[in-house]
Amino acid sequence: MEKAKDFYEKHKLIVYLILFAVSLVVPFVIEQALILRYICTIMMYATLAGSLNVINGYSGQTCLGQAGFFCIGAYTCAALTKNFGVSFWIVLPLAGILAALVGLLVSLPTLKLSGIYLSIVTLGASEIIRIIAQTWTPVTGGALGIKQIPYPNLFGLELFRPKYYYFIFLIIGVLFLFITSRVLRSRVGRAWMAIREDQVAAKSLGVETSRCKCTNFMYGAFWAGIIGAAYAPFVNYIESSQFTTDTGFNVLAMVVIGGQGTLLGPIIGSAIVTILTETLRFLENWRYVIYAIIIILMMWVRPQGLLGASDSILAGGKIRRKEKEQGGKKA
Amino acid sequence: MIDFSQIDTNVPMLESKGLCKYFGGLKAVDNVDMKIMPGDIFGIIGPNGAGKTTFFNMCTGMYTPTKGNVYLMGEDVTGLSAERVARKKMARTFQNLQLFKFMSVLDNVKIGCHIGTKTNMVDSIFHTKRYKQDEEYVVHKSEEILRAIGLYEYRDTMAGNLAYGMQRKVEIARALALEPYILLLDEPAAGMNPQEKEELMEFIKMLNDGGYTIAVIEHDMKFVMNSCNRILVLNFGQKICEGTPDQVKSDKQVHEAYFGKGIIAGEAVKVHG
Repeated sequence: MEKAKDFYEKHKLIVYLILFAVSLVVPFVIEQALILRYICTIMMYATLAGSLNVINGYSGQTCLGQAGFFCIGAYTCAALTKNFGVSFWIVLPLAGILAALVGLLVSLPTLKLSGIYLSIVTLGASEIIRIIAQTWTPVTGGALGIKQIPYPNLFGLELFRPKYYYFIFLIIGVLFLFITSRVLRSRVGRAWMAIREDQVAAKSLGVETSRCKCTNFMYGAFWAGIIGAAYAPFVNYIESSQFTTDTGFNVLAMVVIGGQGTLLGPIIGSAIVTILTETLRFLENWRYVIYAIIIILMMWVRPQGLLGASDSILAGGKIRRKEKEQGGKKA
Repeated sequence: MIDFSQIDTNVPMLESKGLCKYFGGLKAVDNVDMKIMPGDIFGIIGPNGAGKTTFFNMCTGMYTPTKGNVYLMGEDVTGLSAERVARKKMARTFQNLQLFKFMSVLDNVKIGCHIGTKTNMVDSIFHTKRYKQDEEYVVHKSEEILRAIGLYEYRDTMAGNLAYGMQRKVEIARALALEPYILLLDEPAAGMNPQEKEELMEFIKMLNDGGYTIAVIEHDMKFVMNSCNRILVLNFGQKICEGTPDQVKSDKQVHEAYFGKGIIAGEAVKVHG
């Protein structure tokens, strides 16, 4: 782990170039459409989990309703492209903005709440959004959902093969990582992390905690909306049962397993959970029991997730004794 | 550095008028008047549970007073939220350390620069001029403060890993990053050894010479009597004395609060002082 980090620090450019080359080659090497679809799914969930991670991992709030924002994105895309023939590329940011606005709406009553109460509000909001999608028939198609969502069109080329979606999800994912890493390394990201670490102290330093939490929620919702919009034509058919709280918890599991508060964690988490979902399909509903066991084990053994640092507030908030003695005990 | 020349020296830096905080039937702070003039090192003392920290919390907007008003440089700041008060150039530290334990010392101080910078999300995404200026300012400012307080070599150490006395210093450094006019220190010397206390006293005096007004809650009488020029004594939420160290030392009520009513105890104060 440490070695990998060192290597990355030393040869940043090379690492990026290799990753770039590999990611370009993948869709041409892998012929089977099915496997490529799995890879697409992994990338999609990686971004979705990443967007949740911005809320849960970086500002320390517990949002359980990411499926709701995802749902808004998907339905915005499906309804607009199918009913009004709006271009997919215009809908993409639009869906993000709409999800962000709903995110703001959800975050407003939660400003005075924290911890479990906040989680319940987000959970409720997610369900409300899903039920609206289920009942608002003229726009969302009601329980039947929306079928045959038009494929995105790029300069006359209809994007319907998994190969194309591979690039769509790749670009969205890379953009997300790039932009998020920049935001996190700025004043905005520092304020979020300050809230996560100690809200009272953050307030005493003039950090407008309410506003920061709102922007944090909106930012997370924005990306969930965008990835939702890309998801709609990818699966070609959406209906409300795809956006239940199960999906929300699934995404949460990815974040928890991969590591909250790290940029790479959700990607690893997404890969693990998606692969497990596919390989354990023969167990049918029993596989949810396995998820539960994995989450409980993770919380027990490694609460910070696979990639999380052991010395972080997400690892249970304890400073390890050993380090304390090493790190400048005597001035 | 901070421009202190705009401060009107005739207006109290921090003033409280009839400040009260009741928790149900408990009068934690009851009708306290206080005046801190610019340039003071103002000590607040009192036995445990006297309401000192509650009083500080009201001054900084952490608590809303039950009654009474707080004025910062003549401006009424009663009932403003903590983050709004911080913007009005008042910084504080906490009795039981509220550091960002899992962040490096440098990052701790960087967050202190929050109100001095204006970068928003768009700036940070596109690395605009404002972002670059702000980042440069933040790093420069933080390192300058860490050098002054003697923590520069620990800038990359995680704050929670430092010794207790050093953590207190990090908190002061973080508060200084706000560029405050007045600094409220809640028991800054707690947990320090005598030598560290001595250094801290020197540092506080140096800050005061540099123009900062300082209010400090402290239990160490030597510390208070030697460095403060005015002292407020609280007991059971009420003000029992306000004045210079000499006035406080000779005050009968103060003796009683600390040592009870008795002749032998009365002697003890003189020895201690």
